[in-house]
This record gives sequence, structure tokens and C-alpha cells, in this order.
Amino acid sequence: MNFTNFGRYVLLLKSVFRKPEKLKIYLKEIAKQMDYVGVGSVGLIAIISTFIGAVMTLQIAFQLVSDFIPKTIIGSVNRDSSILELSPTISAIVLAGKIGSAISSEIGSMRVTEQIDALEIMGINAPGYLILPKIISGITMVPMLVIISMFLSITGGYIGGSISGAVTPAEYLQGITTDFNPYTIVVALVKAFVFGFIITSVPAYEGFYVRGGALEVSQASTRAVVISCISILVCDYLVTQLLL
Amino acid sequence: MIEVKDIYKSFSGNDVLQGISGKFEEGVTNLIIGGSGSGKTTLLKCMVGLHQPDSGSVLYDGRDFTPMTYEQRIDVRKEIGMLFQGSALFDSMTVEDNIMFPLNMFTEQTRKEKLERVNFCLERVNLVGKNALFPAELSGGMKKRVGIARAISMNPKYLFCDEPNSGLDPKTSIVIDELIQELTEEFKTTTIVVTHDMNSVMGIGDYILFLHEGKKFWEGSNKEIAHTDIKELNDFVFASRFMKAAKDKF
Repeated sequence: MNFTNFGRYVLLLKSVFRKPEKLKIYLKEIAKQMDYVGVGSVGLIAIISTFIGAVMTLQIAFQLVSDFIPKTIIGSVNRDSSILELSPTISAIVLAGKIGSAISSEIGSMRVTEQIDALEIMGINAPGYLILPKIISGITMVPMLVIISMFLSITGGYIGGSISGAVTPAEYLQGITTDFNPYTIVVALVKAFVFGFIITSVPAYEGFYVRGGALEVSQASTRAVVISCISILVCDYLVTQLLL
Repeated sequence: MIEVKDIYKSFSGNDVLQGISGKFEEGVTNLIIGGSGSGKTTLLKCMVGLHQPDSGSVLYDGRDFTPMTYEQRIDVRKEIGMLFQGSALFDSMTVEDNIMFPLNMFTEQTRKEKLERVNFCLERVNLVGKNALFPAELSGGMKKRVGIARAISMNPKYLFCDEPNSGLDPKTSIVIDELIQELTEEFKTTTIVVTHDMNSVMGIGDYILFLHEGKKFWEGSNKEIAHTDIKELNDFVFASRFMKAAKDKF
């Protein structure tokens, strides 16, 4: 994003947060988007998180070659990695691909078929009506998905470790309960909140200002995913630097 | 009545509109005509606020629309209905939901009242019983008629139609033209139609504004258009051999 685009993005966000014309309709739209963003992504996040947790356990076990390090450390490392980094960041990148491209395509198609102009002519704040429900669903549902992801990633580590014999269930459970710092959950949820905002607002911006036809809509969709992923990684670093 | 005064608009140094003025009366069908790239759609977009003119003003019954804030414009926009070139129906909504959408947003009517209004609008455009269909299930002409039904659902004072005949066969075009004219006379709306369809010009052009290369070249009615000696207008209106022959005969 160059500075012109960033300026337009900020101005679009200003329009997004204007007072809704009718709260009831916006609430209905928010519920619909929450269902799509949240409930519709649970399965995907569950599969990815469980396998990442299992693989993490195996890799940590593989790298622990010293007999002086207790095996309980596998559980601790998996727990902290899952909570602080893997669950928020991997979930956000996967959701950027799934939800981000859908948001960009939906709004972009509406733009090229004059549906957004139709909303404006009716006196409806198109950015507010189209984007606000998506942002609210993103900043509420992504943290919830990340919580599910954390739980399943740690559980996946337990299953993977037990099946492979890399770590015993007792050692793993001892590891995940030793020296747990609840603050890591706060950091993860702050990240999830920021990522939820990026995943919904950046693709919405790309779709809202698309010009042309079907080809440009698909290009905007690709651009939305790429920019979202880069923004997620940059913000991941910044939030980690600020909070840890 | 809508009045445009000295509208200028350019895009990246390209002057698209150069000092356009005109008065569009209520209860009559006003046409903006011109060839491709003449600036007619840009003028329409300046009038409804989708483009901000570089200078000049647009007056809705004396209310200057151009300097208004976003909030002030909403009040005017609630009085505007617009039919888009591609109909611009919300494709994830049924016909009924499309027409009901502005009512849901801006009225406190009960569901029953809104449904009555939707059915009245559908009856007016001869689409009774099509409530549950989605836009993808409609023909081009039906989409236009649903677009008109949505445009009139809020009982607008001003009706804008951007190329209502594009992509339609001649018979359906005439049906749409007649519908626009009937609604204009019935509801006393100020109707502005952007078109380059000669059947529309001859059939419903109570007041015609002819644009050429971003300038106003001529204004008058469909009865006067055949008798002008403006070369650019004659080249546009009587472009085909058939029309030329018809003019010579006339």
C-alpha cells in the first residue's frame, strides 16, 4: 500500500464508522457475518490447529536430544508457541485467504455492477452498510476462533505425542500446566483482535475501490489476500514487541 | 423541477462537461441524449452526486445539491429513485427484498404495509407474483422493470434512468419507455432519462437536451428535433439510412 492508498483506506474507515441509518438492519447483517466468519470457519481452524499442535510436538521432541532436558518441556514449548504465535498468526493467515478473498470479491462485484452506486443513491452509507458488519464480525469472531485454535493445538500436541510415543501423556500434561503465564492469552487475544480488523478491512478496501470488470475483481481479491497477510505479519511483530 | 447551471467536470485534464445548463420540469419525460463519450452519463452522475462537479450547481426544487454535506444530501437522496443501466439489483436478494430494501431502511412501516407497497410496485411494472425470484432468474427486461419498481418504491419526486433500453429488444424497449412515461405522468415525478435510443427520443422525449463533446448543442422537444439544421444533432439523430430517408420523406 502506498501513501495514497493508505490515505484512502483511512478515509474509507472514517465513512465506515458513521452512524448507521437503522440499527436493526445493521444488527441483522452483523449476525449474518458472524455466522459466516465465525461458525463457517470453525471446521477449517479445528483441522489446521489440531495437526499443527501434533506436528509441533513431534518436532520439539526430535530437537530435544539432550538427556538433561526433561520431556515435560515439550508440553511447555508447544503450549507457549501455540498460544503466542501459531494459533493467532496461522489462523489469521488462513482466514485472510478464506474470508478476505470472499469479502473483496463480494464488494468488488457489487462495485462493478453498480450495486454500491445504487446504495449511495438511496441515501445509504454504503461503506457503513457493507463493511461495518464485516469488521465487527472480524474483531469478535477471530479472537473466538483463536481461543478454539489454542485449545485444539495443545490437544493436538497431546494426541500426536501420545500416538507417536514422543512424550508420555503424563509428561505432556505436566509440561502444559507448569509455569503457565496467563498474560500470554492476553497477548494472543490482542493479536487476534488486530488481525480480525485487518482480515476484514483490507479486503473490503480493495473491493470497494475496484475499477473494471471480472478480471479486476479477481486481481483485487488476490491483492487483498497478499496485503492482508503482509499486514498480519508486520502487526504480529509490532504487537509482540509492544506487549512482551 | 431540477435545474443544472453551468456544470463543468474534467477527469485527469480531459474536459468531459463544459458549462452544461438546463431545466428539467416535473411531470414530463426529460431526455439527455448524445453519442458515446458525449458526457451524458457523467452529467447524470453529477446530478445525483456520484460525481462532484468541478464548478456549477444542481438545484432540486431550488435546493442547491452541490455544496451540501453528506448528511444534507441524504434528505434529497431519499426523494430520488434511479434505474441503472445494468439494473444494479442486489443479486443476493429476491425481487421482493430488493424492492423492500429502501422501505426497510427508511420507513417504520409494518411488514404487511411494506409488502402491500412492494406488490403495488410490482403490479405497476406488470410483474405480479415474481416476488420470490432472484435477479439471476429474470430476463433483461424483467430486471429493468424490477429496477423501476425499486426506484418508485419510496414514491420519489425525482426519477433518473441511465440508458434504460440498453441490451433490450425494440419491443421491450418500447414497453420500458412507455412505463417510464406513464409513471412520470401518474406520480408527477421529475424524470430524467439518459439515452441514445432513437425510439425513445421520438417516443417519449418531451424535453430533450443534446450533448456533443461535453457541450450542450441543442434543447427542445421530439416534435422539434426533426426540423433542426444543427449538423451534429442531425448526424446523431439521423445516422442511419433509414432515418435519413424518413427525415427526407417527413
